[in-house]
Order: sequence, then structure tokens, then C-alpha cells
Amino acid sequence: MFTFLAHRLLQLIPTLFFVSIIIFGLQQLLPGDPATTMAGEERDEAAIAAIKAKYRLDEPIPVQYFYWMRGVFQGDLGESLRIKEPVARLVLQKLPVTAQLAGMAIVIALSIGISMGVVSAVKKDTAWDYAANVIALWGISTPNFWLGILLIFLFSMTLGWLPPGGYVGPGEDFWGSLERLIMPAFVLGNAIAAIIMRHTRSAMLQVLAQDYVRTARSKGLYERRVIMKHAFRNALTPVITLGALELGTLLSGAVLTEQIFTVPGFGKLVVDAVFNRDYFVIQGVVLVTATVYITLNLLADIAYVLVNPRLRS
Amino acid sequence: MSNGAATLAAETGAAAEPASPGRRALRRLLRRKGAVLGLAVVVLMILLAVFAPFVERYDPLAIDYGAVRKAPSAAHWFGTDENGRDVYARVVWGARASLLAGVISVSIALAIGVPIGLLAGYAGGWLDSLISRFTDAMLAIPFLILAIALAAFLGPSLGNVMVAIGITATPIFIRLTRGQVLATKVEDYVEAARALGNPPLRVALRHVFPNIVPPLLVQATLAIAAAIIAEASLAFLGLGQQPPAPSWGSMLNTSQRFFESAPWMAIWPGAAIFVTVLAFNLFGDGLRDALDPKQAR
Repeated sequence: MFTFLAHRLLQLIPTLFFVSIIIFGLQQLLPGDPATTMAGEERDEAAIAAIKAKYRLDEPIPVQYFYWMRGVFQGDLGESLRIKEPVARLVLQKLPVTAQLAGMAIVIALSIGISMGVVSAVKKDTAWDYAANVIALWGISTPNFWLGILLIFLFSMTLGWLPPGGYVGPGEDFWGSLERLIMPAFVLGNAIAAIIMRHTRSAMLQVLAQDYVRTARSKGLYERRVIMKHAFRNALTPVITLGALELGTLLSGAVLTEQIFTVPGFGKLVVDAVFNRDYFVIQGVVLVTATVYITLNLLADIAYVLVNPRLRS
Repeated sequence: MSNGAATLAAETGAAAEPASPGRRALRRLLRRKGAVLGLAVVVLMILLAVFAPFVERYDPLAIDYGAVRKAPSAAHWFGTDENGRDVYARVVWGARASLLAGVISVSIALAIGVPIGLLAGYAGGWLDSLISRFTDAMLAIPFLILAIALAAFLGPSLGNVMVAIGITATPIFIRLTRGQVLATKVEDYVEAARALGNPPLRVALRHVFPNIVPPLLVQATLAIAAAIIAEASLAFLGLGQQPPAPSWGSMLNTSQRFFESAPWMAIWPGAAIFVTVLAFNLFGDGLRDALDPKQAR
């Protein structure tokens, strides 16, 4: 376990290094002089000079990178060009909101995805199986911003059951918080449920064909017990790892979903930054997202080892 | 697929079976209703996009303040938008932007990703490690977020969006190609070709590459579906096709403001994205099953 962990952590170093290169490299894509572009429409000479000095844009690129990285290690992701606030603080403010949304989305995705996957594997080639596959295909193909718009139209404007968006912290008003986030969480969870369903289905089919499942059946165990105790638990392991990869889809999806439901999270921060051409905020958010994603995948890998006794030693 | 004798025979110039694995795969594909339906819709969409000027009675840019936000009717099948433009015409014309973006961005990803993947898989060593770590890094940034960042820095335009999505999709193809090359490289017929003294480049292109085409084809089809959604998402955020040119994503964006009074402005472009993406996914899934030798039934 220790060597596995050490090996896995060592592997992260080059990945994180290249991630930083890619994110730093984004600046080089700006057309024309970066400082002028960043300063915005006013082309204020003083502002341009200030940006140049602060980010050492006159220095050679490797030197710029060095200073940028040194800042990152000190928790300095630059300053928002528009709101004039440290990017790190902005990101930290928004992170809990997105985390809550993502958490709710995962609960929805897992409950729909796993139950549908198990049912469609157990009842393979029946109407249940076809229905589950059609729903999965629907989930993968629906653009989540469209689904969001349709849900608002149905549940907020026509039926008036749910607020069309916004955010309240769960500490302030627990039910109000759930009420506002349930639609965006469903929109986010929906796409991932489809993928989880497919993984669960194929893992279950594989496990159900194993000898030990046949043995369990021939012992005369109830089918329910065979499926839940012998098959399902073993099928769950690949679902964890493959499911963890979908956290990226979740973070991506949060961008548009938050925009539609006006949830003041991380995604909304990026979109506002894109509209305002606030480049350091974009870089900061991408960096934090990548780090979160890498960390979550690492945790999923560790969980995978922990639940699989054969890998534990 | 691992028929070493046949490949060798073809190599030495003997008349080989006329693409029989391909034909078998095609037969398997045509037996799948979902895949055929998907293909039919894809073809229909392409025809609509290509012949948009002939199919359409209205100019997608023609503003008519006498017919602002009119509900769907015989004159305007999908209704009109906030400037009195025909929504049906804009949806049909929007197919151009979406399909072009899907196909071109995936072509960019293939053109960059496949050679790099071949190189990594075939050369091995430090070059492989370097490429693989870089690929890991790109995949560590969630797809849409990287695409948004790239498009934001490149500047908003349809062309830049295609480049952004293409670059973002590249690591998927590098990784797939590399993995396939590693698996194919150790096959007997590749060993044989190498033993015969073929230069590495020739072995890579003539013996390894043809065998990795089927999985690439499947991935490319599914990637087009993902790229169409990505383009619509970026256009929705104002980074893609610039107004007044029609694009499904930007139509959805505008529709938000007229939600209560003109829901059709949101329904049709969204439905167009959904149907197109669904068709590519159906076709891609069918293609995967048809090309998988293990599935040969």
C-alpha cells in the first residue's frame, strides 16, 4: 500500500508540471501584446505598465514562468483585472458552492446510474434493459444547458414548483438551499448517470458470468442475495474508478449549469471572467480545477485499492 | 484482424481477399437498427447543411420587425425570434456551423494526435514518457474548461473555437493511438515485417497503422458528438460563431431572455443539437459493436 501510494504520488509531479506549463502557456496565445490586451479597451498606459511590471512580461518567458510558479506555490494566483481582488480568494469563495452542487449531482448520478445499470444487467435483453439503454443514450446526448432551460420552463415558469435558480447556503436555509440546487444538480447528474449506468451494466454482466456466481446460485441462494451480495459488490470496484473519471465531466458541466441557474459558483466565475476578458481568473480557475480533478482521481485510485482485497497487500 | 499470413500475402503482392473483414463489419453495422437510424439522421443533417440555401425559404439573417417573436405557424414553422428572423431557417443554417465545428475540430485532433500517438507507441523510451506525461496533463484539465480557456485566450470566433476544441480533443487520440500501437507492435505479422528488414517508418505506416484504424474511427465518431456539444456550449457562452450568423448555441443563449413569451426560440435549436448528437452517438456505438472482432456474431 505504501509503495503504491509513493509511486502514484511520484507520478503526479510530471503531470502537475505539464499542467502548469499548459496553463501558463495560455497567456502566449493572446493576440498581440499580452499586457495591452489584458488592460482592456481603455489602453491606459499606466495600467499596461503596471501589468507588465507585476507579471514581469518584459522578461524572457522562462523567467516569467518561474515567477508565476513561485506565486502559485505561495498561493498567489494573480489578481483579477476587473474586480481587483486576489484570484485565490475569489476561487476559495466559490468553491464550497460548486462542491455542494457537485455533491448533490453525484448522489443523483450514482443512485440513478447504479440502480439502472444493475437492473439492465440482471434483466438483460428485456424491455427493462432496452429502456435503461435508451435513457442512457438520451442522457449522454442531451446538452445540459438545454435540459436546464427546459426544466426551468416546466418547473418554474409553467408549474411554479421550484425557484428558477439562485443560491442560499445550507447553513442559512437548508430546505431553501436544496430547493434551489435540485434542478441544476439533476441536470449535472443526469449526464453522468448515463455513463455510470453503462459502466455498471457491463461490470455486472461480467461478474454475473463468473464461476463463483454460478456456485452461489447452485448452492440454492436466493437470486436477490446472489445479485446483491456476490455480484454487485464485485461489480462496484470498476465503477468507482471509471466513475471518478467522470468528475471532469461534472466540473465541465458545472460551468454551463451554474450559468443557466445563476448559481454563484466556480463555473459562473469562469463565465464572468470570459465575458470580462479577466485572463488571470481564467488561468486560476483552470489551475484549481485541474488540481481538484487530479486529487479526486488519486483518492479514487486509493479507494479502489482499499475495496479490492487482492490489491491491498 | 491478427491474420499475419493474409497481411504478408498482401505485402508480397499476392491477390488478397477483397476487404472481407471490412465487408463483414459493414454487414454487422447494417443489421443494427439504431446505427442505421443514426447514420440516416447524420446524412440528412449533412444534406440540410450543404443545401441550406435551397431548402430554406427565408434568409436566416433577414430582420422583419413586423413579425417579432411570432409563434410557430404555417408561414414560420418554428416561429420567429426577437428580430423577426425565421427560427427554422436559422436552425437549418446553424447546422453548418455545428457540423463544420464537429468535423473540423475532430480532424484537427486526428491530424495532431495520431502521428504523435504513433511516434510515442512506436519509439518508446524517453520520448514516449514525455509525450505520455504531457497527455496526462492535458487530460487532467476537464474537457470543456480547457476548451473554454483556450477559446477565451484565442479570441471569440468560430475558427478559434474549432482550434480550441480540436486541441482539447487531441490527447484522447494520442492515448488511443499509442495504446493500440503498443498492442499491435508485438503481433507476429509486425515482428515478421520487421524481421524482413522493413524500415521502421514503413512498418509503422503499412503494418501497424491499418490495424488501429477501426478504434480510431469509432472514437472519431463519438468525438464529433462531443465536439458538437462543446461548440454549442462555447457559442452559448458567446465564444463561438459571432452574431448575427446563426448557431444553435448562441440561439439558445438569446432565447433565455425571451423564455416566457417565446419558448420556441429555445426548443428548436436545442432539439437540433440533441438529435444531431444522438445520431452521432447511435452511429458510433453501432460502429464500435460492428468493428469489434469479439462481437462477431
